[in-house]
Amino acid sequence: MIARQPMLEHDPRERIRNFDEVALGYDAERAVLEAERCLQCENPTCMKGCPVNIDIPGFIAHIKEGNFDLAIRKIKEKNHLPAICGRVCPVKDQCEKFCVLAKKGEPVAIGNLERFASDYEWKKGVEIPRKAEASGKRVAIAGSGPAGLTAAADLVKLGHEVTIFEALHVPGGVLTYGIPEFRLPKKVVEREVEYIKRLGVDIRTDMVIGRTITADELLRQGFDAIFVGTGAGPPQFLGVPGENLGLVYSANEFLTRVNLMQAYEFPEYDTPIKVGKKVAVIGAGNVAFDAARTALRLGARDVSIVYRRSEEEIPARIEEVHHAEEEGVKLRLLTLPTRMLGEGGLVRRMECIKMSLGKPDESGRRRPIPVKGSEFYIDTDTVIVAIGRKPNPLIQQTTEGLKTTSWGTIVADDFGQTSRSGIFAGGDVVTGEATVIEAMGAGKRAAEAIDRFIKQRKKH
Amino acid sequence: MTYKIVSKKELAPTIKMFEMGAPVVARKAKAGQFVILRIKERGERIPLTIADANPERGAITLVVEEIGKTTKELGRLNEGDSVLDLVGPLGNPMDIRKYGRVVCIGGGSGVAPVYPLTKALKKAGNKVTSIIGAKTRELLILEGEMQETSDEFYITTDDGSKGHRGFVTDILRKLLDEGKQIDLVVAVGPVPMMKAVADTTKPNKIRTLVSLNPIMVDGMGMCGACRVTVGEKTKFTCVDGPLFDGHLVDFDELAARRQLYEPEEKRALKAYEEKIGGADDS
Ligand SMILES: Cc1cc2nc3c(=O)[nH]c(=O)nc-3n(C[C@H](O)[C@H](O)[C@H](O)COP(=O)(O)OP(=O)(O)OC[C@H]3O[C@@H](n4cnc5c(N)ncnc54)[C@H](O)[C@@H]3O)c2cc1C
Ligand SMILES: Cc1cc2nc3c(=O)[nH]c(=O)nc-3n(C[C@H](O)[C@H](O)[C@H](O)COP(=O)(O)OP(=O)(O)OC[C@H]3O[C@@H](n4cnc5c(N)ncnc54)[C@H](O)[C@@H]3O)c2cc1C
Ligand code: SF4
Ligand code: FES
Repeated sequence: MIARQPMLEHDPRERIRNFDEVALGYDAERAVLEAERCLQCENPTCMKGCPVNIDIPGFIAHIKEGNFDLAIRKIKEKNHLPAICGRVCPVKDQCEKFCVLAKKGEPVAIGNLERFASDYEWKKGVEIPRKAEASGKRVAIAGSGPAGLTAAADLVKLGHEVTIFEALHVPGGVLTYGIPEFRLPKKVVEREVEYIKRLGVDIRTDMVIGRTITADELLRQGFDAIFVGTGAGPPQFLGVPGENLGLVYSANEFLTRVNLMQAYEFPEYDTPIKVGKKVAVIGAGNVAFDAARTALRLGARDVSIVYRRSEEEIPARIEEVHHAEEEGVKLRLLTLPTRMLGEGGLVRRMECIKMSLGKPDESGRRRPIPVKGSEFYIDTDTVIVAIGRKPNPLIQQTTEGLKTTSWGTIVADDFGQTSRSGIFAGGDVVTGEATVIEAMGAGKRAAEAIDRFIKQRKKH
Repeated sequence: MTYKIVSKKELAPTIKMFEMGAPVVARKAKAGQFVILRIKERGERIPLTIADANPERGAITLVVEEIGKTTKELGRLNEGDSVLDLVGPLGNPMDIRKYGRVVCIGGGSGVAPVYPLTKALKKAGNKVTSIIGAKTRELLILEGEMQETSDEFYITTDDGSKGHRGFVTDILRKLLDEGKQIDLVVAVGPVPMMKAVADTTKPNKIRTLVSLNPIMVDGMGMCGACRVTVGEKTKFTCVDGPLFDGHLVDFDELAARRQLYEPEEKRALKAYEEKIGGADDS
């Protein structure tokens, strides 16, 4: 039997000196070899793991036959952002987890194949599908992350007039300001956004819904429905003394400066960034690993992930944990910072306490408990806090009658329907921090519901 | 989308006033709010207070003090030029109502952000005393506008070239010593000035609002670059402020955080000045 085809990657010693993409993708030969591993199951379990329900064996069969055009067309029936999903989806927890081959050995590399098909199409020239006849209905979308982009693409294809309102100066959400260049090149995001625009979606940047214009004003101005895909925003801090010292960053600020503002090219770009030699990143999700690897590339010598649980509980994508370890990022496990100490306004040391793991908590993970008297210090000159983010609050605060949870997420059903008629929501703003593909799935289901809603209204 | 400079006026050698075409922002703007602006593709995002808004003309007024690379670059733009991004209004408006007697204090280019507050407070029926200060008379701005909207008006300059010689707090101190009833003090200006004002009013327990100016990036609550400590709690200035109770603000922390990028800022400015070279026509 053929073994799972590995992807070529840049050498770790070379790549930590630049922001180039680490994984290089498949060539056609490798892609076909990998596609041949698929058993073409009659009852493809892999599809259960895909929130947007791509016909996985269908597109893989086309790759196997060397018919790459048909492969990408098949994917795009369900997924408008395959170049992105093929790079950042946690496939080991999704489609690949459910692949029958995973039971005995290595699952089919579905993500790599998706990426291959999409990159192939891009080189060749992208096809723009025809859309339905104009419905005369208008939909406003707040936020241009994966949820908003997906909802917009689906709705425009159905013939509705769609406008996305984005608060920042560039669309893409986390894809643009969060996930770094070396995992998801901005060119790839740009090209996917360009595709959405060519489908006919109007994207207006510099528009903060809730400040520049409210959701209700949009409805009054003649939009027939609104989809809220504003994602997760405000970073959480630990709430320990010294956290406002200089060079203590939230991961969001750190990554926004680097990715959105291109601070790594300062002074060619105007936004500055600063890292010391010894960097401690608090947390162990995708965000933490992205921040740690970014810090290395900005010249830090010694970068560690400081995590209060053990290696087993690390929530980041496994590939990225490996990549980070290859690049020299250290793990300091079962460690919780309790205080930050500074000198001349800048952080210098972190007081930490050792943790031990108790019984599983509500999340199913074992609860970390501080070990009495185990305090110790870590010398550090930069701290990046990556312990999670709250939902973006602006629309919730300025839209009367929009129900939210105590955590601040918008209450919505499976199809994005909120407590307000005509207002739909999906993605991280509903679920809290999740994944790109889940946000896309939510955008997709909401688009269906919005289509039904505005067509129903027509009859009145 | 770009945002056009409708008009430009020099208020002082290093302080320029711009009217910017931004109809949606103009319609929504309230006293106390600000915008984030980015000049060009490689530019940074900087916060600037909305000094005035004119919904009919679809324009807002910004007053910019040239202190570094971006503000200098902005200062060189002229009527008809455009900037690439302008987003707002951001931050919380001030709670404008009748307080009684209000003292409005503006220091340096801080007079620009205090002006819309002064105007709104006056309109709401308050008795307004204004104190504006600068290093020297050339740097005094919006003198006429401030005087027009105040019942009582004072000028101070550090070098005594106009008005009282000394600091804005000297006048405030005098008003307090005279036993004047003061219901609210609003102060905007350099950090040491705001701190001095808050220290002056604290013993008398006079409510004092300051408009904080930490470093910002997104300006809508997503990064925490603008965090400040107010009453021992961490607040994000761009969404919880920019106005805060001056008696609760940790000004030393704010001052330290504002200096974080000083070497980088100097470097950027030097590179920029070398680039524009003798072309400096301002
Ligand atoms: C650093 C980082 C790495 C990640 N890595 C992965 C990964 O490898 N794989 C994975 O699957 N997931 C990853 N995630 C999570 C994933 O990116 C998110 O789950 C996903 O982006 C959520 O999509 P969304 O559309 O709901 O929101 P977002 O992507 O957050 O987009 C929301 C958009 O709305 C805009 N907005 C907010 N408020 C307003 C307003 N009031 N008006 C107008 N616009 C507004 C924002 O500016 C933003 O552009 C990562 C997240 C981060 C931060
Ligand atoms: C809410 C708010 C309202 C403001 N309103 C006005 C105004 O109406 N008119 C005006 O002239 N200035 C205003 N400022 C200050 C203005 O944003 C800074 O002067 C400007 O960002 C400096 O940029 P620079 O590149 O020219 O200078 P730099 O050389 O980069 O910096 C000089 C100093 O400005 C501060 N600064 C630098 N970058 C930023 C940033 N991104 N955000 C905030 N401060 C920064 C720092 O303290 C720094 O030491 C305001 C600031 C805030 C936070
Ligand atoms: S489960 Fe695995 S082998 Fe079966 S169709 Fe899906 S990818 Fe192919
Ligand atoms: S500037 Fe980013 S949170 Fe305020």
